[in-house]
Amino acid sequence: MQLNVEAVAQVARLARLRLESGELVRLTADLARILTYVEQLDRLDLAGVEPLAHVADYVNVFDEDVPRESLPRDEALANAPHHDDACFRVPAVL
Amino acid sequence: MELTDATATELLGKLASRACSAVELTRSFLDRIARTDSSVGAFLSIDERGALASAAAIDRRRAAGGPLGPLAGIPVAVKDVFCGRGVRSTCGSRMLADFHPPYDATLVARLRAADAILIGRTNMDEFAMGSSTENSAFHPTRNPWDIGRVPGGSSGGSAACLAARQAPLAIGTDTGGSIRQPAAFCGVIGLKPTYGRVSRHGLVAFASSLDQAGPMARTAEDTALLLGVIAGHDPSDSTSARVPVSGYRQALGEPLNGLRLGVVRGQWTEGVERAVASAIERAADLFRELGAELVDVDLPHHAYGIAAYYVIAPCEASSNLARYDGIHVGYRAAAAPRRGPGAAEDDPGAAGDADDSPLIDLYRRSRTEGFGLEVKRRVMLGTFALSAGYQDRYYVKALRVRRLIREDYDAAFQRVDLLIGPTTPTTAYRIGERSADPLAMYLGDLFTVGANLAGLPAISVPCGADGAGLPIGFQLHAPPFQEESLLRAAHQYQSATDWHSRGPELE
Repeated sequence: MQLNVEAVAQVARLARLRLESGELVRLTADLARILTYVEQLDRLDLAGVEPLAHVADYVNVFDEDVPRESLPRDEALANAPHHDDACFRVPAVL
Repeated sequence: MELTDATATELLGKLASRACSAVELTRSFLDRIARTDSSVGAFLSIDERGALASAAAIDRRRAAGGPLGPLAGIPVAVKDVFCGRGVRSTCGSRMLADFHPPYDATLVARLRAADAILIGRTNMDEFAMGSSTENSAFHPTRNPWDIGRVPGGSSGGSAACLAARQAPLAIGTDTGGSIRQPAAFCGVIGLKPTYGRVSRHGLVAFASSLDQAGPMARTAEDTALLLGVIAGHDPSDSTSARVPVSGYRQALGEPLNGLRLGVVRGQWTEGVERAVASAIERAADLFRELGAELVDVDLPHHAYGIAAYYVIAPCEASSNLARYDGIHVGYRAAAAPRRGPGAAEDDPGAAGDADDSPLIDLYRRSRTEGFGLEVKRRVMLGTFALSAGYQDRYYVKALRVRRLIREDYDAAFQRVDLLIGPTTPTTAYRIGERSADPLAMYLGDLFTVGANLAGLPAISVPCGADGAGLPIGFQLHAPPFQEESLLRAAHQYQSATDWHSRGPELE
């Protein structure tokens, strides 16, 4: 797999990461090597083989429709790096 | 014999007969940690005060004739990937260095309800991504058998603390081998249960279709004891299985006569150290002497496991770790002045960054500063493999191969009851030896990822040592929900051998 740093920089943007140039060069090489290894999967004939995303064979697991207490707001906010009494604080977006 | 050399089962006997108190016993393990953990580094935090208070409460309850749980007074070390109410739970990451969850993981609640003493949190590769515990944001853990070597990972702290006699029982998690590989490297037992056997509620997610928590101990009997406490359906985890829990300890004594043991010889001819291969041959021979019938089997797609796994797991990780945004939970980068236009000219990684809104800028800087290199590598790999134009070529293809791998096991289990092979191709390597080469590190998971991809239970059991005295483990696989068979075979093996009673010299 051929990869260039511009393509990997775009992946970093999608992943909400910002890699400095040394890390970007290194990860470009690492990703190319790992993806080259992964391409051995191309040797297999996968026609007609359904993807297996999950081994559990149960679907639509429902809970009883019974109200329960939810996390109190102060506890939900307690681990946020920046909050006030009621809200998570973020940089101005408008 | 020191209290810290006893198994959990033996310790329960001592507590019941009042040969020692829970406080004395807990104090012994805390002292052992104090004397040895500066060289091993198995723990990220030790709750001395809480552990002694729980032990004292159990002693009082015992004296009063009150009801006691199945682990009453027994210290358990828990990998730092589980939420504990008010307990710092870091996942080995700078991102969660100050995370104090507001609730208990179901597994932690079950341990508390069983009256276990939660003695401390063990070190791990960041977000469980790694095979050596070198990726911890805090410090590496060292192998108690040779402190120049890795303990394996990602549950390296849990395996090392057992080998170092710092706790009699430990909890790990296993996404691609993270319980079994460190168990093999440290000479202890590690069991990855069937997917869905143990609740994942409150387990910080890495790859949700692969993650499974499980017990680690020095004997099969103790492993069975601990699994019995943590296994079972949990309404808070919709992937938790509604399958009754067996009495894991009851079946341990049954002989192995007639057991059909599949031997995947093709697996350990190439790339496996000679000492490891011959230890596995000897283990298989011993099983035959114990009454098992050895049957050669083939897993035709086994060699593709690593390639499929290192697409699927990073894809799921990139999605799960998207929650770390610097806003809701965890690390947040300091406010920084915006880069001016033109700052990106010499830096392709920064191209277009001047267009980031303040919010996007905060996400990106918080994640970049909060995650270590291996986590970034996997998030990048997963993001790439799921991105437009590549999803079918990588992610969906890997899922098709996953089905072939599962079908190989299903076919094998038509002919045999269990499979035996090595847990790892090598014994523990030196600290730093593979940290610069991610692919070499990944290839060490060759024998373990299959059980995760297929959702099967598997166990690693100590069965020898190489020329340098480093432990070797064999691995058994079983059909879904046959943990009882794994534990019974492991117990019968341990009844005929003494590898599990050997320990490293640390003091």
